[in-house]
Amino acid sequence: MAIEVGGKTYETDEEGYLVNLADWTEELGGEIAKSENVEMSPNHWEVVNFLREYYNEYQIAPAVRVLTKAIGKKLGADKGNSKYLYELFPYGPAKQACKIAGLPKPTGCV
Amino acid sequence: MAAPDVLAPALKQYPVIPILQRGAMAASKPYAASDKMNEALGFPGKLVDDWQAKAIGKMGELLGKYRSFKVYLDACVHCGACTDKCHYFLGTGDPKNMPVARQDLVRKVYRRYFTLAGKVFPKLVGAEDLTESVLDDWYKYFNQCSECRRCSVYCPYGIDTAEITMAAKEIMDSIGMGQKYTNEIIGKVHKLGNNLGLPGPALRNTLETMEEEVKEDTGLDVRFPVDEQGAEVLVVVPSADFFAEPHVYSLIGYAKVFHAAGIRWTFSSHASEAGNFGLFIGNYEQMRKIAVRVREAALELGVKRIVVGECGHAWRVAYSFWNTLIGPFDWLDARYPVPQHICELTYDLIRRGAIQFDREKNDHRVVTFHDSCNVARGSGMGGIPGGQFILPREIIRAACNHFHDMAPETIRQHTFCCGGGGGLLTDELLDLRVKGALPRMEALKQVVDAYGVNFMAAICAICKAQFSKVLPYYKFDMEMIGGVHQLVGDAIRLGRND
Repeated sequence: MAIEVGGKTYETDEEGYLVNLADWTEELGGEIAKSENVEMSPNHWEVVNFLREYYNEYQIAPAVRVLTKAIGKKLGADKGNSKYLYELFPYGPAKQACKIAGLPKPTGCV
Repeated sequence: MAAPDVLAPALKQYPVIPILQRGAMAASKPYAASDKMNEALGFPGKLVDDWQAKAIGKMGELLGKYRSFKVYLDACVHCGACTDKCHYFLGTGDPKNMPVARQDLVRKVYRRYFTLAGKVFPKLVGAEDLTESVLDDWYKYFNQCSECRRCSVYCPYGIDTAEITMAAKEIMDSIGMGQKYTNEIIGKVHKLGNNLGLPGPALRNTLETMEEEVKEDTGLDVRFPVDEQGAEVLVVVPSADFFAEPHVYSLIGYAKVFHAAGIRWTFSSHASEAGNFGLFIGNYEQMRKIAVRVREAALELGVKRIVVGECGHAWRVAYSFWNTLIGPFDWLDARYPVPQHICELTYDLIRRGAIQFDREKNDHRVVTFHDSCNVARGSGMGGIPGGQFILPREIIRAACNHFHDMAPETIRQHTFCCGGGGGLLTDELLDLRVKGALPRMEALKQVVDAYGVNFMAAICAICKAQFSKVLPYYKFDMEMIGGVHQLVGDAIRLGRND
């Protein structure tokens, strides 16, 4: 599979996750979000940017409690919980937000 | 989401055997593993040219190696006792999801190539060549069996149908027809020590965050140690416990139990996974390789006990197979069960009065317990008959005031699979998973209506992830599912041993 942005084609896996993490741009992330029916607000981008920062350091997306804690610090304590993250990313923050951030899908019993 | 169309069947007032819908699930199949994923496990990258001969050769090898496999293929008399026992059949109505029909996909090939009657008069004895369309059916329908073994409970011959599914998966892997979800994950365990692919530094960062969180909550220094030399207990948990909700609440529960009891314990970054997907694909060598990491970590850290967290199939592998895979364990403390389930450890502490609860802290919950298949039908606990059913319930009763069991034909050894076990917990199978959850959802609905149950506890990471996902399809809150040690963690008395 592939996704097209600005006349360029980027390879994705069967589920639409980017194959080459280095391909990612904000524009591409926005395009993936559209295909997921997620309308990106500044708060969505906060989550996506944090995922990418964390991934750069640890080669894995953050655990849900690491993520909620970080988002709580950035956006206010009332938003540092997974209920809020599900509001932003209805299919589940781990999988859907990772997809938009151009990161691999978390595997295992999650 | 590019997810498949997902349709939840309506919940009925009482369970009804569905009207047959031929081919209803003929389009359901998981993604194929990539060449790289297959090759990392020593399997051919893609379907080999002479796949038919290779598959039959592999079947012959398995028949020679596992006497049970041959007995199960020979013994079935097609009595039909299993037909309506499978949650996937009950949820989909597809006749190929009747356990006997699913097994017959392999059995007919066995007859054709390994029995005299099948070689000479194939049509008379229901024998069939291994054609492309038969192989296609294998890939589809053996990936619609969660190896839960509920049908086996009702089989008058005691046929372990899961072993047939496992054999089919092993044959398919050997000819390059691996399934992505399981094989990608097994590759990650070999490389990084856990199913998630969580590297050591990320594990340490995650556990530090947990320590901070619990400190904020309780004011206490409840520790989440990793790679701590000289600890008494090595704890292996499903890596989802580090990562996901509600799993992580059980992780907090385990840590609080060790804290309250004053036991020195540790995780290992080398063996940061209890799960063992080698079981799901029926491959002994993969299973052994995954299990060996636990032995290596335990010896390296010098622990005296190994405790397994809330993971269904991990406990089956540990309880039933570890001794052969990575034993003997004469270097562990024989005064405790080897290996030990976290429920055994907690239950023992409760009985000795070493931990206590403020049960009213769980008073907002009305709890039921979902027996996970691999624990229920593949293991024991506490050294007493039915201990695997008794201990988790006794722990819940010690930690909660309100508990109600679901209908007897849906719990204990008769328990229904969550619908996501056996290596099927993947998004492209969501429709199957939702439909397969139907019998459990119907049983849950009864206790919700009768007693106001609002929390279903389980001791399996797959069950937790699966129910979180499928509960909303049946109009239940996704937060209704959680762990037994989540309840423990919320009510246990702390404040000592700091």
